[in-house]
Amino acid sequence: MSSGEFRELYQQLILDHSRNPRNSRRPEVTNRSADGHNPLCGDRVTVHLVVDDAKGGVIKDIGFEGSGCAISTASASMMTEAVRGKTPEEALRMFEGFRLLVTGHAEATPGLGKLAVFSGVSEYPSRIKCAILVWHALKSAILREEGSVSTEN
Amino acid sequence: MGEPMNQKDVEAIREEFPILREKVRGKPLVYLDNAATTQKPRQVLEAMQRYYLRDNSNVHRGVHTLSERASKGYEDARAKVARYLNATESEVIFVRGATEGINLIANTFGARFVGSGDEIIVSELEHHSNIVPWQLLCDRVGARLRVIPVRENGDLAFEIYESHFSSRTKLVALTMVSNAIGTVNHVGSFVQVARDHGVPVLLDAAQCAPHFPLDVRALDCDFLTFSGHKIYGPTGIGVLYGKKSVLESLPPFMGGGDMIRSVSFQKTEYGELPYRFEAGTPNIAGAVGLAAALEYVERIGMDRIAAHETLLVSKLVEVLTVVPGVRLVGNPKVRAGVVSFLVGNIHPHDLGTLLDQEGVAIRAGHHCAQPLMQRFRVPGTARASVAIYNTVEEVEALGAAVRSAAEVFR
Repeated sequence: MSSGEFRELYQQLILDHSRNPRNSRRPEVTNRSADGHNPLCGDRVTVHLVVDDAKGGVIKDIGFEGSGCAISTASASMMTEAVRGKTPEEALRMFEGFRLLVTGHAEATPGLGKLAVFSGVSEYPSRIKCAILVWHALKSAILREEGSVSTEN
Repeated sequence: MGEPMNQKDVEAIREEFPILREKVRGKPLVYLDNAATTQKPRQVLEAMQRYYLRDNSNVHRGVHTLSERASKGYEDARAKVARYLNATESEVIFVRGATEGINLIANTFGARFVGSGDEIIVSELEHHSNIVPWQLLCDRVGARLRVIPVRENGDLAFEIYESHFSSRTKLVALTMVSNAIGTVNHVGSFVQVARDHGVPVLLDAAQCAPHFPLDVRALDCDFLTFSGHKIYGPTGIGVLYGKKSVLESLPPFMGGGDMIRSVSFQKTEYGELPYRFEAGTPNIAGAVGLAAALEYVERIGMDRIAAHETLLVSKLVEVLTVVPGVRLVGNPKVRAGVVSFLVGNIHPHDLGTLLDQEGVAIRAGHHCAQPLMQRFRVPGTARASVAIYNTVEEVEALGAAVRSAAEVFR
């Protein structure tokens, strides 16, 4: 078998972020947090934000805690890098782009940068939720929603 | 145990399962998710098609020819199941599957015999379908569950089971084979202890039926249930066996047509066994398909099926344990059909996706047995499970794919 085919989904960048997730921590002082939970596979993730409300609401710092599969861990890690320094509105627009990307509409989502590596997920419908869970938690944190978000409601 | 099948026998069996010729992601399908559902042989598909093409009608009502044919097909299927289980026809209730069978007993037996402070014994090995219906019952009436724990090797702690009995014990609900880790329970001993205490027993045979013959008289159980789709039959049909004397003492489950003798607004009289428990138009084609499936496994011989699967399972254990980083979850004294495992730190879902890329279908996750996963302190496992049509080459293909997956994540 060729490992090249494996890497259509499990590309080196994804494997790297799943092995060594960036920003896998809780910032000392956070002002937005939310949990995400996928009851089907047991994945849990918490996203912590430091939003600098004084400076037009820029995401100054971001971290995540949780455990899950390689796709969900890599997605969380790369998301933290992608949205740092963005405004919440920009981050939410990025989420919409990411959602289109992993559901098979890569052509409609230019400007996602490294996140484009997740386009392979669209070939595996049962794994889309793994990639998107952490983004739901991010959105929930930004909108200051109560409780835990679930992939199942 | 019969002689294992030779390569020619297995090839002939594979010919009877058209789906096995499917390609997945450009590779030949290697289907090792049989504990979830088995594939269906031509004989089953053709029996169901014949029913719909020639006999379709409603049962037990019409006086016309097609209705008589449909009724005959449905009742012949019941007779087939009764012979297969060594039961009488009035003891065979058609249900959607084992889940409905257990819910039926939890509702009827529960309503009649289980009250506040009473106890039901289940085990840590159970599928959610043999846990949740009892929890719902407990919530309704104020009863509680006593759980037989699982040892580190995956066997049940028998002596703790014995200590769970008291005057409050109303029922034992036990699986015969674990769907998640393959443990075969020595149910004879469990039933004997329950008998000594005068407590009825329900056996969940969903994972047992595909691998071993079933004889309800020899098992001496009060209830036994299994699903058609795990023994080469269609989905949406299953069997609940109930000992006649016990069934007669139970109130109806669902109300509707077919389960009544007469209906008036003053007084409704319920029908005889087994119809009292079969409200509404049943899954006639499903019953016909299930009967064809039982005939199919009988024709091959359950002893030969067991011998072939024993060979495959020991091969599975062999090819998996030589892959660096592989750890088996559960190593029961007697194992049937199923091997649950983990590979290094690879999440079971990643492993499942990587194997799918090689055309290999396994199950990844908690296998509807979350208490058992918690017992083993894992979020889930990868599970390979075999059937009559699997080959040693397929098991080796799984081993190679697991090895490659381990390399991708190294």
